[in-house]
Amino acid sequence: MASAAPGRTRAPSRSLVLAAQLALGITLLTLWQTLVSLQVLDPFFVSRPSDIAARIARWTTSGTLWGHLAVTLEESLLGLAVGATFGVSLGFVLARSPFAARVLDPYIKMLNAVPRVVLAPLFLLWFGLGIWSKVALAVTLVFFVMFFNTYQGVRDADPVLIDNVRMLGATERQLVRHVLVPSALTWIFSSLQTSLGFAMVGAVVGEYLGATRGLGYIISQAEGTFDTTGVFAGMTVLGVVVVIVSAGVTRLEKWLLHWKG
Amino acid sequence: MNAVELEGVSREFATPDGRVYRALDGISLVVPAGAFVAIVGPSGCGKSTLLNIVAGLLPPTAGTIRVYGEPLAGLNRQATYMFQQDALLPWKTVRDNVALGLTLGGAAPAQAHARADTWLTRVGLTGFAAHYPAQLSGGMRKRVAMAQNWVLDRGMVLMDEPFSALDIHTRQRMETELLSIWEGSPAEPRVAGVTPSPGEVPVVSGFSRTVRKTVVFVTHDLEEAIALADEVVILSAGPAAHVVARHTVALDRPRDVMELRTTPEFVDLYRQIWAVLREEVIRSQRSAEARHG
Repeated sequence: MASAAPGRTRAPSRSLVLAAQLALGITLLTLWQTLVSLQVLDPFFVSRPSDIAARIARWTTSGTLWGHLAVTLEESLLGLAVGATFGVSLGFVLARSPFAARVLDPYIKMLNAVPRVVLAPLFLLWFGLGIWSKVALAVTLVFFVMFFNTYQGVRDADPVLIDNVRMLGATERQLVRHVLVPSALTWIFSSLQTSLGFAMVGAVVGEYLGATRGLGYIISQAEGTFDTTGVFAGMTVLGVVVVIVSAGVTRLEKWLLHWKG
Repeated sequence: MNAVELEGVSREFATPDGRVYRALDGISLVVPAGAFVAIVGPSGCGKSTLLNIVAGLLPPTAGTIRVYGEPLAGLNRQATYMFQQDALLPWKTVRDNVALGLTLGGAAPAQAHARADTWLTRVGLTGFAAHYPAQLSGGMRKRVAMAQNWVLDRGMVLMDEPFSALDIHTRQRMETELLSIWEGSPAEPRVAGVTPSPGEVPVVSGFSRTVRKTVVFVTHDLEEAIALADEVVILSAGPAAHVVARHTVALDRPRDVMELRTTPEFVDLYRQIWAVLREEVIRSQRSAEARHG
């Protein structure tokens, strides 16, 4: 590996970062495993990495995991799609209409302040035990992230770009299409990571509080029987899925915002 | 025919502490069609405000504006505007940016792109059509902006200190290119294969315009104003800026911006106009010191 030029911080190479990440993970897991073996930690409360790995292996080989995972992902993606649609639409409308924005402002703040866990039982009542109560919970989280980012993105559109495009002959509709939407999209794409994370949180919390399928359901079942290994296994699967999906989102974002040069 | 006629144009702004700030006071000005007029004044005197009023981006508080004899209502559809800041859309390629005015007006994409490419050749950016603005240097972005303005068949280009952010050499280069585009002579061949013989104007759509556009060019740099314009208009220091003097610049065209500055005629003219402008610059500095000291 070539050494960095003096006086300049170079971005570390990808393989170096990956090696350090693996080393950190292995160290922590080894520490955990050792502390349990030495009986410093009680496996009843914290389980142990080897048991968790065995549990995940059993879930994947028996195939029970895939069905639950598919349900959670379906709920998350639906929540993301619906929440984004409503959030982006309202963000646009309010950014273009200062009066409506002023009128709705306290209501939006109030709704955003409601803890989502409080809503879960209501959604169960309204939408049933199936996927839609979870989708609704994901929507309540995604909606606000998308709404605030769209609103900000439209409001933050560079006035010089707007003036220039208007001077070049743009109608109001063309102004929205060529300046305001792309300007807001950069904000919306940047918030996609957060939104996706929120969508999954919404789905899993919904499943946790009342469901018959999904990762949240697995975790809640395990907790019901004091099966800490099951709880940690469910959390691990959730974490790995989030890392994989967010890597995909990063690539999508790079592709969509390629003009940033 | 006059491209622009301003009569008693004033503009007031409400200040944050609730008072009224009068930026422009009773400006009367005539810009003949096809002329290159520079508006010079101390910083903060309201030059850009005046240009925005001519563009129709900002309504005047009092006074009338006529564009080619017609009272201006709303945006000035006879003009394009070249801004001091970068105004290219960062998410569009160089080609799409140049073609933007045409496509907004409903031109077929293929035709708009062909005309954009012609203008990109004209400003020496043939190989950069598929690039994004972020991938270009400041000078290159200004060339794209010039092409974006000139590709449209509008009679008038309004320019608000378009080159002030550039270093001095790039700036003089841009001034030269601006004059060559405005004078309608083919730009010096910079691209292999495009070698027009001297005096020959290539017959391609976009180059065919024989009538010079009217240019209203705002700057605080008197040298730049004299080097480029047919007429230099001097605004007083703000508040309540008004026209203090108008000087005709009777230097021959085509002009060589680099050489021009050392000729006796130029130096002479510079001295005359500077004698007037100097008073306003000093006044503006005094009032700035009074405000901040």
